[in-house]
Amino acid sequence: MSNKLAKKYFRMDKLPHIWCPGCGHGILMRSVIQAIDNLGLNKDKVCVVSGIGCSSRAPGYLDFNTLHTTHGRALAFATGIKMANPDLHVIVVTGDGDSAAIGGNHLIHAARRNIDITTVVFNNNIYGMTGGQYSPTTPTGDKGTTAPYGNIDKNFDLCKLAKGAGSTYTGRATAYHANLITKLVQKGIENKGFSFIEALSVCPTYYGRKNKKGDASDMMKHLKDASINVKAIKNKTNENLEDKIIIGELYNSQEPEYTEQYKKIINRFKKER
Amino acid sequence: MATVMEKELIINKKWCKGCGICVNFCPKDVLELKNGIVNVKDESSCIKCGLCELRCPDYAIYLGGLEDGEE
Ligand SMILES: Cc1ncc(C[n+]2csc(CCOP(=O)(O)OP(=O)(O)O)c2C)c(N)n1
Ligand code: SF4
Repeated sequence: MSNKLAKKYFRMDKLPHIWCPGCGHGILMRSVIQAIDNLGLNKDKVCVVSGIGCSSRAPGYLDFNTLHTTHGRALAFATGIKMANPDLHVIVVTGDGDSAAIGGNHLIHAARRNIDITTVVFNNNIYGMTGGQYSPTTPTGDKGTTAPYGNIDKNFDLCKLAKGAGSTYTGRATAYHANLITKLVQKGIENKGFSFIEALSVCPTYYGRKNKKGDASDMMKHLKDASINVKAIKNKTNENLEDKIIIGELYNSQEPEYTEQYKKIINRFKKER
Repeated sequence: MATVMEKELIINKKWCKGCGICVNFCPKDVLELKNGIVNVKDESSCIKCGLCELRCPDYAIYLGGLEDGEE
């Protein structure tokens, strides 16, 4: 990232960040910043909220209104912020553990309400910060410190989960497809409602090492090779998509937004008084 | 504003953690790791595509020009 852009959006005294060499989270954080810059948002009108985890360290480096909250609760705090300040662009940066394990309930209810929050999950398929325990997105059979013989759980498809719960915008891309992440986050911010972007990351230190996935570049290459754009499979029914990562815009619709519905009620009673 | 061709590779050695992503994804084999840190091996082959900048997790390499106000 150019010095100009870095100085504009980072707390420069906090860099270099603490993420491991080759951790995908740094690439994804840049993509999010690029989306905000492309939209030309006023920095004071942006609030970035996170929970706990390696991914959730991101707001600490960012020079916006930021909130680093408790594990799993980023969306609960973000909901409060959005209700009190509907004019803010509220962006949640979270991990697969933070959003889908301990924070899973907050995720489905924020999606159900279609509250205007853009959630970006840095999904590295593991709990990075605490040393490699398996998460709800660890693929079945893969290892974690808490699944030394392979994980027997079925992993979540987070985009389907978000859509099923009521999210009006969903998309997926990877740290390899950094420009696509930017595009999806941009459209997510523009969507008036709950937007969910699954950003596949790489954790060479825990997920990679535990599962013999090679170094950071090997893991990035896997993201490239395993991905297929949703547009490329549109009219194909017999394509074998097992083990494929489907990327691109997956869902986009219009539904009433929560803070606007709430405001309507308030206004109704204001008139009656 | 500097044009694309005027831009040059700028490395912030203090931020580089030597992960090797830029080296492995450079389409023209311009970069290498030297003593664990990125180094420009062959600047003349650089086509200024910016892929190193796009994928560097540590913001340690980028195409910059005068407008970046480099120290
Ligand atoms: C209430 C509570 N439970 C457990 C923890 C321990 N803890 C910290 S981070 C984390 C998981 C982080 O995983 P993820 O959200 O996927 O982020 P990553 O570090 O992989 O980016 C856990 C379980 C905690 N901090 N608070
Ligand atoms: S433990 Fe994994 S997720 Fe955490 S900083 Fe290291 S590589 Fe990134």
